[in-house]
Amino acid sequence: MKLTKTLLATTALGLSAASVMADGHMSSDMTLVSWGGAYQASQSAAYSDPYVAMNEGVTVTWDESSAEAVAKLRAMNEAGSITWDVVDVVAADALRLCDEGLALEIDADEQLAPAPDGTSAEDDFGDLLVGDCFIPQIVYSTTFGYRTDLVPDGVDAPDNICDVFDLETYPGMRALEKRPINNVEWALLCDGVAKEDVYDVLSTEEGQEQALAKLDTIRDSVIWWSAGADTPQLLADGEVFMGSTYNGRLFAAIEEQDQPIGMMWDAQVFDLDGWIIPAGLSEEREARALDFVYFATDTQRLADQAKYISYGPARMSSAPLVGQHATLGIDMAPHMPTDPNNAANTFLYNYEFWADYRDDIDAKFQAWLAQ
Amino acid sequence: MLAADGTPLKASLGRALRRQKIRALALIAPLLLFVLLTFVVPIVSMLFRSVENQIVSGTLPGTVVALESWDAGSGGIPSEDVFQNLFFDMFNAAEAKEHTKLGTRLNYENTGLASMFRTSGRSMDDVGEVFQDAIEDVDDQFEDGAFWFAMMNGAGGEDLLRERLERWVDLTGDDMRGDVGFVPSAEIVELLPTTAAAYTDFAIWTAIEDEDVVAEEDPWEAVYAALVVDLENPATGTAIAAYEGEGAEALQAIAAAEMPKADFTAAFADLDEDWANTDVWKTIEVYSSAYTTGYFLNSVDRELTPDGVELRPDNERLYIKLFGRTMWMSMIITLSCIILGYPVAWLLANLPMKSANVLMILVLLPFWTSLLVRTSAWKVLLQQQGVINELLVWLGFVDDANRLILMNNSTGTIIAMTHILLPFMILPLYSVMKTINPTYLRAAKSLGATNITAFRRVYFPQSVPGIGAGSILVFILAIGYYITPEIVGGTDGVFISNRIAYHISRSLNWGLAAALGTILLVLVLALYWVYDQIVGIDNVKLG
Repeated sequence: MKLTKTLLATTALGLSAASVMADGHMSSDMTLVSWGGAYQASQSAAYSDPYVAMNEGVTVTWDESSAEAVAKLRAMNEAGSITWDVVDVVAADALRLCDEGLALEIDADEQLAPAPDGTSAEDDFGDLLVGDCFIPQIVYSTTFGYRTDLVPDGVDAPDNICDVFDLETYPGMRALEKRPINNVEWALLCDGVAKEDVYDVLSTEEGQEQALAKLDTIRDSVIWWSAGADTPQLLADGEVFMGSTYNGRLFAAIEEQDQPIGMMWDAQVFDLDGWIIPAGLSEEREARALDFVYFATDTQRLADQAKYISYGPARMSSAPLVGQHATLGIDMAPHMPTDPNNAANTFLYNYEFWADYRDDIDAKFQAWLAQ
Repeated sequence: MLAADGTPLKASLGRALRRQKIRALALIAPLLLFVLLTFVVPIVSMLFRSVENQIVSGTLPGTVVALESWDAGSGGIPSEDVFQNLFFDMFNAAEAKEHTKLGTRLNYENTGLASMFRTSGRSMDDVGEVFQDAIEDVDDQFEDGAFWFAMMNGAGGEDLLRERLERWVDLTGDDMRGDVGFVPSAEIVELLPTTAAAYTDFAIWTAIEDEDVVAEEDPWEAVYAALVVDLENPATGTAIAAYEGEGAEALQAIAAAEMPKADFTAAFADLDEDWANTDVWKTIEVYSSAYTTGYFLNSVDRELTPDGVELRPDNERLYIKLFGRTMWMSMIITLSCIILGYPVAWLLANLPMKSANVLMILVLLPFWTSLLVRTSAWKVLLQQQGVINELLVWLGFVDDANRLILMNNSTGTIIAMTHILLPFMILPLYSVMKTINPTYLRAAKSLGATNITAFRRVYFPQSVPGIGAGSILVFILAIGYYITPEIVGGTDGVFISNRIAYHISRSLNWGLAAALGTILLVLVLALYWVYDQIVGIDNVKLG
């Protein structure tokens, strides 16, 4: 309760009050965990650097372990020594950590900043507050990029998700992620299943077989990736004609590295990335972590991050504040997955479904791959 | 015979030897302890997870006991008694946030249970609230935590308190030490057994985990539900009429009033229709024992069902194939290492010192380079637009449209891993060949042997210990390899270790990962034993 009161006081006094109280009962060291690379750099620039500037004496250490965060947090919890304070994970992992009791439950209205116009955090984040522990940061999407110079003569560039399955019009290799998530949804969409029925169909044995059968039609033309950097590399090398990856990776390849790659936003799958705070921290460290998260997920901070990377801020109130790229100077809004032009046909990742079916469908998917 | 100091020589000698042994032991003690603590203990405890399964009986202790009387073959769902136990178990589990862990565990066996447990746990309060409202409508004293405390507290119920404490220990894994500040009264335990148990649970959690004073807190909804359950027993009604202790009037008023019926079967079926599904209960029953063979069966493509062990359906079989592939490809890799490494080692051993040293550096140089860098380099070489294919196309050996597929398949894994493991073959071979006396070969030739015969009958047999050592090293390293197959292996070039890694870091099914790891370990030990029988481990020389 003490904590809640502290936070309420912080809310009332505004952010400047936080630094006054910092010395008393908040630890001065903080370990943040993220994915490394350009994404972590954007977080550092938008969140932790200004935070440290505002809170003298606080030191921030980054750890690039988000890919193994769930397993490592579980191991730390069992060993009884948690060395992380704030951890960046995708929403599905946050849900799992919450289920395992490894993440702190968050009350968005009390523990996160309201929007500048007074809208409560819960309304500002809306549906993106997945589970009880997840603090959303960005909306990213998994979508396809293709080599503009390898599009066959006399054919339009691919602009439909089913072009991925059309080897006749668009010959060449494809890069798909080596897991069922997203692939089976796309397969069903292109096998005549309506968008709203996809998960109903997928929850049946027949539906899962149908999806794998559709994937089977292109299996000889697929290179399976497991790291997000693989597809941009495969596209740059000309190893594949088209491939799925995170939209920020494609943005970097197209705008920053000038590769002949085009975006095919059709049926992009929205997913979320955000923070969790590990359960079982000492009171001082927890207070510091909550204080940081309160600051780092307010409207302005989330909008700031979009200056460095093309992921959409998770708050509705941040969208109008998205400006230009910090070094390239181009408008970032048209590169956001949430931009109306890009989001004409989108697909939202179903967390509850995959929390249940991930193991089952993955076993079948891997058995299919091994055939 | 006596020693100089007059003691028997035998005893004196024995003492001296013992002292030496103790000193030797003391010298190696730090290393021994280090190895035990950092190597043996973690590995054994990890492997132990492959059979461990206390989570079901720990989270649903009452349900598991009640379920014993259920006949899974009957095709029906368990009795109301089981659901009633389930409610109180789930209520506690939800308070301690342990129910979702159980859901995750059971979801490995029966898809859909994760969300069923998650959503059901969230609604336990609502199920109990019906009873709370009804009771408080009759007598508002029941809204008061102090009233409850006065009624329930007393002496004589220490056994119940201890029993419930043990359950909390099993459920949370914490030691739950501390003063509860509450002992159920023997009279209440006798009169209202379910209520006493539920209130004790509430008291323990409030006092120890929340660190609040029990008398100041209002009881959980489950306590009200328990009271209604007790009152449904006709014998309780008559006993309450005769009861004269604390809160007697209020209890009598509740007993006389109309209460909502305690139908937990319907309540659970309302929350999720799968609670009324026989298969769900079969899964819970099959996995209710504290230890399970389930993980091991899973790792050999079988599954535990109420009807015994069954082979998994065709489209889910994976692990036996992967074990076979891991063994087979490791053997191919070992063989190609021998074929490529043998001549190099021979050259190293027979060249003059100066050029041999340069060659040695060439062998060791890749050995000192990061594994990831070497594997990524192979990617650049092997891919379809890569160096090798470009060269072949340029030379005209390969048509531009039909470039060779050298990676993202088993070929890629074999090529890259052979290269990476080659030094492990060359070094033991070299050190053995270095000790082969060149005069033997010369003697054989001077006695009329051709080059081939001299090599086959004189040189080769002497180098076999090196081949043996190199093969063991390469094979055992290859079997556990994971990064290289992951990067260049595509789909048909991945090993069992890739699945183990997946279950450790992605699916979090550590039990299955431990079972797969144990099988891999046993396979390696078995092969080692076979090798010892055929070649003899004494024939292995590392230098």
